Amino acid sequence: MKQLLSKKNLFLLAVIAVIYAVLFALDAQGFFSRQAKALLVPIGINIILAVSLSLIVGFLGELSLGHAGFMSVGAYTGCMLTVNLDLPMYIELPLAMLMGGIVAAIFGVIIGIPALRLRGDYLAIVTLAFGEIIRSIFNNLSVVGGSGGLNGIPKYSNYTIVYIMLVITIIVITNLVNSRHGRAICSIRDNKIAAESMGIPVVYYKLLAFVVAAFFAGIAGVLYGHNLGILKPSTFDFNKSIEILVMVVMGGMGSIPGSVIAALLITVLPEILRGLQDYRMLIYAVVLIVMMLLNNNAKFNSFKQRVFSKKAKKQGADLAKEGE
Amino acid sequence: MEFLAQLVNGLSLGSIYALIALGYTMVYGICKMLNFAHGDVIMVGAYTLSIAMSTLHFPPYLAIPVSMLVCAVLGVTIERIAYKPLRQASPLAVLITAIGVSYFLQSLALLIFGSTQRKVESAINVGLIHIGDFAISGNAVVTLLLTIVLMVGLTWFINHTMTGKAMLAVSEDKGAAQLMGVNVNKTIAVTFLSGSALAAVAGVLYIASYGYVGPYTGSMPGIKAFVAAVLGGIGSVPGAMLGGILLGIIESLSKAYISTQLADAIVFGVLIVVLLVKPTGLLGKKVTEKV
Repeated sequence: MKQLLSKKNLFLLAVIAVIYAVLFALDAQGFFSRQAKALLVPIGINIILAVSLSLIVGFLGELSLGHAGFMSVGAYTGCMLTVNLDLPMYIELPLAMLMGGIVAAIFGVIIGIPALRLRGDYLAIVTLAFGEIIRSIFNNLSVVGGSGGLNGIPKYSNYTIVYIMLVITIIVITNLVNSRHGRAICSIRDNKIAAESMGIPVVYYKLLAFVVAAFFAGIAGVLYGHNLGILKPSTFDFNKSIEILVMVVMGGMGSIPGSVIAALLITVLPEILRGLQDYRMLIYAVVLIVMMLLNNNAKFNSFKQRVFSKKAKKQGADLAKEGE
Repeated sequence: MEFLAQLVNGLSLGSIYALIALGYTMVYGICKMLNFAHGDVIMVGAYTLSIAMSTLHFPPYLAIPVSMLVCAVLGVTIERIAYKPLRQASPLAVLITAIGVSYFLQSLALLIFGSTQRKVESAINVGLIHIGDFAISGNAVVTLLLTIVLMVGLTWFINHTMTGKAMLAVSEDKGAAQLMGVNVNKTIAVTFLSGSALAAVAGVLYIASYGYVGPYTGSMPGIKAFVAAVLGGIGSVPGAMLGGILLGIIESLSKAYISTQLADAIVFGVLIVVLLVKPTGLLGKKVTEKV
């Protein structure tokens, strides 16, 4: 209990509350345009997706191209629940999120099992195949509306709910990564054989990462469905998985704050570029390529280091002065 | 008889997949990267063919080499600009760059040609071929024959020319090949060149049976061919041929006898099952881990 209420945690809690309050106040003051307001929920959903995928890609070190598959499984489960149940929202939505998460997690186990035998690019292609299979099954399942989509989902998702889920996701995944389990997961990424010979159960931790990531992707899917009010299988295609992957890679592998910022930028960027219409995707593609080239350019990296090390040096000098 | 006709269809579809898969597998063998932009090279090839034939009024025997040439130049250019600076980077960075290139080509085509699909007159026009009372599509037979010729040619090129042997050497061990005097950059460029030229042929053949081309035409055959390459064991040239043909047959048979809509799901399901039994694909090399 003492640990739970440590200074650091209380400070964190205060920061979370302040961010929420500031955004809420800005919203209430009518600071956001309608467009910006409509973006708040998708931003939150994308952050949940990016942070959960970063557990697989950034920390476990496996490439997954089927995150949209987990998202769609959760979305359809949760939305079928709220469409068919007649309960008040505050019971129905948490139930839907829980069920969506659990079913997605079960699929995480299913897809995690081949992951135990396959490595690298072969695993990537299996996750891609999984996503495509899920999509074509939903396309042909008349119970969930087939390719026409599932209609009439109550629009429960709002800023507050998404914010709460977003904070929970970040806290759970950060704590997992910083725990004993998280260190085990990172050790598999760094050297699987060494990890195995140190007695780390690789099978268990790989599955754990897949299950946790799938669970939160499922929740994000439920929120997504309750935001739009309609679910179409075509939204959960290969490109959606790639979009989430781009957020993780742009944010920096194995960095949760990075994923959050990248998710925010990548959701907002197309809206900012909306005025450019047809050139939007072209610019997005060019930005993507240039970012990757710059990140791996030795000259640019040394320039970046020079700029940042100046700052670090200054800080160091300040500290030294204080010491005197 | 119906079954036989479906089998021929499957073989011709499969040989198109195999041609595209060859590009994936050769690039993977040499650079260890998944070139997701490869599918869109097909689209560029198809557009080039359409312009050459309907705007410039080239005859097919001239239009096809032109489209191969355009794609080959495109492939080498992509490699030079986007992939070459990333030789030492993490595979994921290269993957994202390849996806960026894919988006770039798609949106460029969208800007130039618009989103409506363009009708392409087929470069190959062979009517039904009758064998007794059994009729098979002539285009399918031409596709199959052309693919066989190209594959035999490619196999000969890889095994019997200096450039081909250099490709094998680089895929085996880049550093050692360089020490032996192989020009690695040139070899990689040749790989992209030949892979993209094959993709152009695949695009021509695909359009001959499909009839239309749009900015996103390349993406689904691209993914399927990628699956075919992995099915056969990515990095292995005979594997890509086998994987492509198998995939085409499975797809057209399941379309005919099981369900049109679920055909894709079945194709991907077969891939997962095969990888569970043989984790490196049908003809892939088994990599032993050294500790």
